[in-house]
Amino acid sequence: MLYSVLVNVRLKNLKYFLVAVTALLSFNTASAQWQKEDLNIVYEYEELESIFEMDNDTTYLINFWATWCGPCVKEMPYFQEVADFYKDKAFKLILVSLDFEKHIETRLISFLNKHNIKGEQYVLLDGKTNKWIDKVDPQWSGAIPITIVYKGDKRRFYEQEFHNFEELNNIVEPIIN
Amino acid sequence: MKIFYAFATLLLFAGLVSFTIINDGYSVGDTATDFELKNVDDSMVSLADFPDAKGFIITFTCNHCPYAVLYEDRLIDLHNKYAPMGYPVIAINPNDPAVQPADGFEEMKQRAEEKGFPFPYLFDEGQNVYPQYGATRTPHIYLLDADRKVRYIGAIDDSPRDAEAVEVKYVENAIAALEAGSNPDPDFTKAIGCSIKTKR
Repeated sequence: MLYSVLVNVRLKNLKYFLVAVTALLSFNTASAQWQKEDLNIVYEYEELESIFEMDNDTTYLINFWATWCGPCVKEMPYFQEVADFYKDKAFKLILVSLDFEKHIETRLISFLNKHNIKGEQYVLLDGKTNKWIDKVDPQWSGAIPITIVYKGDKRRFYEQEFHNFEELNNIVEPIIN
Repeated sequence: MKIFYAFATLLLFAGLVSFTIINDGYSVGDTATDFELKNVDDSMVSLADFPDAKGFIITFTCNHCPYAVLYEDRLIDLHNKYAPMGYPVIAINPNDPAVQPADGFEEMKQRAEEKGFPFPYLFDEGQNVYPQYGATRTPHIYLLDADRKVRYIGAIDDSPRDAEAVEVKYVENAIAALEAGSNPDPDFTKAIGCSIKTKR
């Protein structure tokens, strides 16, 4: 079908045709982004614990967030920039969403796709929060966002919002190098 | 003399700075100071207004946070059960509406009316009260006794997302402990919540 359309295109219409094809292709890639089966949906905190225990040369940047959390949404672009910046290094971005189960498709996945969010995605649904907050970090009060950066034994915990790329990179750089 | 003043000023500043850094808010056992904050009915409310109280369920909460909203009905139930026993809920919104417009005073009035809050819903205008307590999130509970001594800090119960799945009612158990003349156990718990919104 596409072929016959292509044959029928006159030279003067080629420009418009190319624009249409490009639009179609970009639409296709956009619609083939995050789907529910791409997310690690965790009902018990214990299933998440291994993300804090990787003993290798990779630097892990872990962010606890949610689409309902204003500061989390605001700082997300900087996490994406940092992930881009270290894409050729031993570096991994892990996002742990605290969105509600009923909002996984309507809010979380649509947010991830709309903003083309990269990284490994977890959704933590363990509702007994007092049981696991201290296990993530004893310093954590329970408010989000939080960020953990670690490589091997070097580990830092931050209960705060990051306001730009530099501020976030300042905590990653000493760990990765 | 000039040097003395300069030195005194320097000392004063050093004192202020270190105080700000060291003060992380109340721990269990500390005595909470009273406050005077504007209620959604436009009156001013202090703990001293409740001379017969056996304690207070001070709750830092707000309009916009989904976890605060999840606890609204449970807060109403707590107040209706425990205010007659001498433990009223005192709700305080600690957020700066310049950062989170949904938590403005007019919006608080509206929410209080919609939900029919039976307890005071106060506005921490200028954000001076929540740092004294050391509240970091909404909702965040401080249970005080009759002497305004902090006896429990943390969550209302162990299941913020699902009221049906509650197994441990921390605040109710803590009040039962006070009534029995003993110390709450646990006296400190944590829960997921929204960070308190302040200007940078």
